[in-house]
Amino acid sequence: MDFLRPASWEEALAAKAAHPGAVPIAGGTDVMVEINFDHRRPEHLLDLNRVEELGEWEADGDTVRLGASVPYTRIMEHLRGPLPGLALASHTVASPQIRNRGGVGGNLGTASPAGDAHPALLAAGAEVEVASVRGTRRIPIDDFYTGVKRNALAADELIRAVHVKRASGPQQFAKVGTRNAMVIAVCAFGLALHPDTRTVRTGIGSAAPTPVRARAAEDFLNAALEEDRLWDSGRAVPPSVAEEFAALCSAACNPIDDVRGTAGYRRHAVGVLARRTLTWTWEAYRGTGRAADERGGAA
Amino acid sequence: MTTGTGAGTSRTGTATTGAAGASGPGGAAGTARTTGTAGTPAGLTQHSGTRGGIGESTLRPDGTLKVTGEFAYSSDMWHEDMLWGHILRSTTAHAEIVSIDTSAALAQPGVYAVMTYDDLPTDVRHYGLEIQDTPVLAHGRVRHHGEPVAIVAADHPETARRAAAKIVVEYRELPVVTDEASATAPGAPLIHENRTDLPQGPPTGSGPGGTPVTGHVPHPNIVHRQPIVRGNAEEAARRADFVVRGEYTFGMQDQAFLGPESGLAVPGEDGGVDLYVATQWLHSDLRQIAPVLGLPEDKVRMTLSGVGGAFGGREDLSMQIHACLLALRTGKPVKIVYNRFESFFGHVHRHPAKLTYEHGATRDGKLTHVRARIVLDGGAYASASPAVVGNASSLGVGPYVVDDVDIEAVALYTNNPPCGAMRGFGAVQACFAYEAQMDKLAAAVGMDPVEFRRLNAMKQGSVMPTGQVVDSPAPVAELLRRVKAMPLPPERQWESSEGADVRQLPGGLSNTTHGEGVVRGVGYAVGIKNVGFSEGFDDYSTARVRMEVVGGEAVATVHTAMAEVGQGGVTVHAQIARTELGVSRVTIDPADTRVGSAGSTSASRQTYVTGGAIKNSCELVREKVLELGRRRFGTYHPAWATAELLLEDGKVVTDGGEVLADLVDVLGEEAVEVEAEWRHRPTRPFDPRTGQGDGHVQYSFAAHRAVVEVDTELGLVKVVELACAQDVGKALNPLSVVGQIQGGTVQGLGMAVMEEILVDPATAKVRNPSFTDYLIPTILDTPTLPVDVLELADDHAPYGLRGVGEAPTLSSTPAVLAAIRNATGLQLDRTPVRPEHLTGTA
Amino acid sequence: MRVSFTVNGRPQEADDVWEGESLLYVLRERLGLPGSKNACEQGECGSCTVRLDGVPVCSCLVAAGQAEGREVVTVEGLADLAERRARRCAGGDGSGSCASGACGTSGAPLDEAPGVPAGDAWSRAARPQDSQAGGGGGLAPIQQAFIDAGAVQCGFCTPGLLVAADEMLERNPDPSDADIREALSGNLCRCTGYEKIMDAVRLAAARQAEEAAR
Repeated sequence: MDFLRPASWEEALAAKAAHPGAVPIAGGTDVMVEINFDHRRPEHLLDLNRVEELGEWEADGDTVRLGASVPYTRIMEHLRGPLPGLALASHTVASPQIRNRGGVGGNLGTASPAGDAHPALLAAGAEVEVASVRGTRRIPIDDFYTGVKRNALAADELIRAVHVKRASGPQQFAKVGTRNAMVIAVCAFGLALHPDTRTVRTGIGSAAPTPVRARAAEDFLNAALEEDRLWDSGRAVPPSVAEEFAALCSAACNPIDDVRGTAGYRRHAVGVLARRTLTWTWEAYRGTGRAADERGGAA
Repeated sequence: MTTGTGAGTSRTGTATTGAAGASGPGGAAGTARTTGTAGTPAGLTQHSGTRGGIGESTLRPDGTLKVTGEFAYSSDMWHEDMLWGHILRSTTAHAEIVSIDTSAALAQPGVYAVMTYDDLPTDVRHYGLEIQDTPVLAHGRVRHHGEPVAIVAADHPETARRAAAKIVVEYRELPVVTDEASATAPGAPLIHENRTDLPQGPPTGSGPGGTPVTGHVPHPNIVHRQPIVRGNAEEAARRADFVVRGEYTFGMQDQAFLGPESGLAVPGEDGGVDLYVATQWLHSDLRQIAPVLGLPEDKVRMTLSGVGGAFGGREDLSMQIHACLLALRTGKPVKIVYNRFESFFGHVHRHPAKLTYEHGATRDGKLTHVRARIVLDGGAYASASPAVVGNASSLGVGPYVVDDVDIEAVALYTNNPPCGAMRGFGAVQACFAYEAQMDKLAAAVGMDPVEFRRLNAMKQGSVMPTGQVVDSPAPVAELLRRVKAMPLPPERQWESSEGADVRQLPGGLSNTTHGEGVVRGVGYAVGIKNVGFSEGFDDYSTARVRMEVVGGEAVATVHTAMAEVGQGGVTVHAQIARTELGVSRVTIDPADTRVGSAGSTSASRQTYVTGGAIKNSCELVREKVLELGRRRFGTYHPAWATAELLLEDGKVVTDGGEVLADLVDVLGEEAVEVEAEWRHRPTRPFDPRTGQGDGHVQYSFAAHRAVVEVDTELGLVKVVELACAQDVGKALNPLSVVGQIQGGTVQGLGMAVMEEILVDPATAKVRNPSFTDYLIPTILDTPTLPVDVLELADDHAPYGLRGVGEAPTLSSTPAVLAAIRNATGLQLDRTPVRPEHLTGTA
Repeated sequence: MRVSFTVNGRPQEADDVWEGESLLYVLRERLGLPGSKNACEQGECGSCTVRLDGVPVCSCLVAAGQAEGREVVTVEGLADLAERRARRCAGGDGSGSCASGACGTSGAPLDEAPGVPAGDAWSRAARPQDSQAGGGGGLAPIQQAFIDAGAVQCGFCTPGLLVAADEMLERNPDPSDADIREALSGNLCRCTGYEKIMDAVRLAAARQAEEAAR
C-alpha cells in the first residue's frame, strides 16, 4: 500500500489521474473502518487532508459552495441559516468525534444509501462539483447516485465541493435509528420548501438502493399547494393532502429487510417522517418564514 | 458490593490449586472463630475506628492510573521482540473440514508459526468450564460460525492477517441445528457425538451415536435439563379463578465489554510460560490451559492484567491457550488482541430463550400455581449452560410465594454461537417472562400490578419452589413500595421556550418527533437472583494477608487471585483490611496464580467470598498480632489478658478505648502473614427429578420502575427514568454499590430496546458482529437512574452484605417492557422490542 | 513510511509504519502511549478519542500518515494541557512546551513484560489521604472529578471520555445536562450506566467555575 500526500488540489488531481484506483481519504470515517477490518486493501491511499480549500466554504452569493471536507460540525455551527436541512442532517451524523472529521465529500464518495447528507442534498437540489486533470464539471444531485454505493464519478475524478442554493424557505431532516445517538439510519427523510420557485423537494435515505427523491409525492404536493393557493394564503395543508403525500413518499421507497430494519417498517416510517416534516416546514413557512417572505416582497 | 459480571452455579470441575492454608476450611460466615490462645475473645467485629474502612465511599486505588492512561490493560501489553498472534476462524456454522493447507501462509516472510489441531502438543485438546467439549482448534469439523481453525504468529498484525488469509480450508457444509425443533428432530445431526459427560445420574438408555442418555437429558442435543416440581400444579390449577398463559422470546445479548480479549504470553527459560491476560478467574483458566500445553500448573504463571469489563464474557477461555501455544512454539513473546468483529465470536453470549408460562390466581389475587417450560439455546459448546439451566429453573417463579410449581428448563446444543455466562444468567431470562405474566395476571384479576406483586411477594421464611427456606431478609414488598413511592418525573420535559428539545424526545438528535405520537407509560418489575456458586459447588476463596512495619508505619498487604474487572473489589479489599487491622495503608498485590484461587468474579460473589476470605485472614492475622503483643507487653497491663482488644488507627486498644500499644512496637521487625481459604455455607445439588434442595447460598432482590415515552407512530422509545430499589445487606462502599446498580440497570435497558445478536436461522451465521449494528445504550439513551439502597443484614454473610452486581440487571428489562406495554397497549412477548414490533411492521 | 508529529507537546517519529496503520495503532504500539484505547476500531465507541490539532477525533479512523506534522493530545497529556490552560488563563506563559513530563513518563517503550499495575502503585493510590485530595496530584480537574465521582469502573472508556469531556468544558464551561449528554454521545461506557459520568462532569464544571471565581 502507498500513502499519497498531495499538498494541493492540483497535486491531488494529478495523483488520482496517475492512480485511478487510489482511494481518497479525508475524514477517514468510512475508509479506515474498511482498512481496520480487512475489508479493503487499496494499492494507494490518497490523503486529502492537506488540500486546504476542501475544508473551506463560500457563502457570499445565492449559492453556498461547500468544500468536500468541511466537517459536519462546522456545517452545524456556521451554515444553519443558508443550509438548514443539511445542518440538521449533519447533527444526526454518528458522534461528535465523527462530525469533527467527516464531510459531505465522504458521504458522496461512498454513496451509501444510508449516508445522512444525501436526503438533505436531494431536497435542496444541490450540485456536486467534481474535477480531474481533464477539467471540472457539476453533476446535479439527481444524477449523482447511480447504484448501490456507486456514483457518477469517473475513475480519475475527485469531489471538490457541493453547490447548494441558499434556502428560500424552511427545510427539515429526520432520521430513524434504534438508538438516540451514534446510529446508522434505518431510514431518513429530507424535505425543503422552495417558496421562490413554489416547489417542494424531498430526499429519502436508506430505503432504496440509492438515495432517492419521492418525485410523485412532490408532483402531487406541488399541484395541491398550487391548486389551493396555499403558498399565498398561508393556510394549513389539509390533512388529506398530507396523508396522500406521506403515502406517495412511502411508495417511493424500494427498501430491503436487513439487520437494521424491515422493508415494511422503512416504508411505514418514511411515510410518518414525510407527514411530520411537511407539517413542521409548512407551519414554519406559515409563521416566521412566510411573514419574512411577505415583508421581503413588500419592500 | 460485588461484581458486575455473569453468574454461575453448579460447576462440576474443581479448582483446588495452591491453597496452602493457615487454617482449615472456614466455618460459617462471619461467625466466631477460636484460636489456640486461651482467654482471648475472638471473632470480634472491628468497627470503623480507622478511616477508610467498610461503609465508607473510599475511592478506587486504581483510579489515578485509570484516568492518566497508565493502567495496563491486557491489550496494552508490550514486549521487546514480540510477535502478533492471529486466529483464522470458520466462515461457516457447521461443516466438515475436508482439508487445511497452511503452506502458503508458512511461506510468507515475517510468519513464525502456523498451527492447526494436528500441531497441538498433547492428547488433551479440549477444554471447557463444566464439560470439556471445546476443541482448542477445530478438529475435522466446525460447529459454529467463527470457530477457531488455525493460529498464526507473525511480526506485525497485518502480516499475520495476510498469512491467515492464505490458509486454504476446504469445508463440506453440513445441515445446521438452530432451535429445539431442529435439535430434536428425527435424524437431527448430533452436535457432539459420543458424549462422555453425564450431567447427572446413571444412563437410562443409549441414544443415537452411542451417546449415553440419562433420564434428565432426553436427547444428546440437550446439554442439561432441570425440572422443579413442588406440590401439585395440575390440581392447584383447578382452584384458579384466573389463568394466563404466554410464550416469550428473549434475544441473544452480548456482554459488549469495551476491552477486547487480549493478552501476552512470554515463554520462560524453564520451558514454562508467563501469561498476562484479562479474565474473571485465573485458576479456572489455569486448570484448562496447563493440560493442553502439557505443562504442570506451576509452569503456567498467570498474572491478571487490566480488565476492560467482563460481565460474564471472560469466564470462558478466549485467546489464552492460543497465545501460549504460539509462544512455546516460536520461543518468542506473543500478543493477541481481538478486534471488535472477532470479539463477537471470541466469547460466549447470553442464552437466548423461549419461555412458556402458565400462571393462575384466585379471585382475591393469590397465586395458585406456575407451570413453565424454559428452552435456552446453549449453542455449539456447553460453557456454563448447566448452571444457567439450574438458575432459570430454580428461580423461574420469581420472588413470589407459590406452593404448586411445575417447571422444566433445558439448554440445547445447536450450531448457533455458544452461550454461557452473562450478568444474572438464567434468572434474567426467567424474570422477563414471569414479570410479564404477573402484569397479565394482575390485569385479569383486576388488581394494580404492584399491589398484586406485593400480595404474593416472598419474605424471610418463605419457601422456594426448591424447598429451600429463605433464611435472611427478603424485602420484596418493601422494595416495590419504595420504588413506587418515588416521585414521577415531570411530563413533557421536551417542551421549552424555544420549541421542542429533541434530545428529550424519542429519536433524540435524529429529530423524528417534536411531540407527535408520544405517549408515556410506567412499568414495574422485581426479580430474584442467587449469589455465589450453587448446587453443591465447593465455592471458596483464598486470601493472603501480611502485616508489618514499613517506613515506621504498620501496613497491611492483601494478596488474592481475585479478578478486578472494574467492579471495585480492590477498593473494598483495602477497606476490609483497614477495618479489621486498624491500619490506614494497605497494599493490594496484583492478582496472580502464586496465591490460591479466589473463585470467579461472577455470580455477584466476590465481595461476599473473597471479601469474606480477606476478613477471615485478617482476623487470623489480628490474633497473631495480639498474641505477639501479649508476649511482648502482656505483663505491663492486665487488659492484655482480660479485655476485648481491637486494632485501631495503628494501635492496640481495649473495647473501652484505652491504648495498650502501638502496632509498630508490637510488630517490631516481624511480619505476620496468613494465607487461608474461606468458604460460604455449603449448598446441595438439586434433585434431578424434582429440583428439590438447598441449592443456593444467598438471594438478592431488586425492583425497578421504568418511565418511558414512546413515539407510537414510529415505534421509538425513550426511557425517561429508570428507578431502582435494592437490598444490599450492607453497603461496604456505597459509591461503588450505586455504580453497580446503575450499570446493571442500563444493561437491562439495552436488552429491552436495542441489544440483540442476530443469527440467520438458515445458516446460523451471525449477522451483526460490530458496534455499528450491535447497539448498546449511549449516554443519550440513558435516563436518570435514581437508586434507593436498603441495607437489611444477612446474618450469614460477612458484615451482613449481599451480592449486588446482578439483581439490577434482572428487573430492569421487564420494567421497561411493562412501561412500553402500558404506553402502547400492545402484548410484546419478546425482548428486545424493535420499532417493527410497535408499529405492526415486523 | 516514516511519520512525524507532535504528541502532548513532544515531537515524535515513527519508522516503518505500514500505510494502513491508524494513528491509534502508532500511538499505542509504536510510541508507547497505550492510554488511548482500542475498543471498536470503527468509530463507534470513542475510547480512542484524542485531540488532533485541538479537535476531538477517533484516532482509530485517522490514518497514521494523516497525522504527519499535526499536533496530537492524548489522555497522557491531559494534565499538562490543563495546567498550560490554567497558566494561560492566569495570564502567564504560552510556550506550549511539555514541561511536566506527564506525557513522557509512560511514553518509553517498556523493555520487559510490563505486567500489571504494580502493587505499590495501587497502594500509593489507595491511601485515603492521597486519593481524596482534591485538585492536585498532577491530574487535570476532569481526571480528578472522574475519580471523586465514582465515574471509573473498568476504566476502558475513561481516557476517551476524559479527552471529550475536557474539550467540552473548554468550549462550554457551564453545560446543561443535555449539553453534557450530547457532547459525550460518541463515547460508550458499559459499566457505569453513565450517571456517575454525568456527576463527574458536573463536578468538574462546578470546580472550574469556583476556580475562575477565585
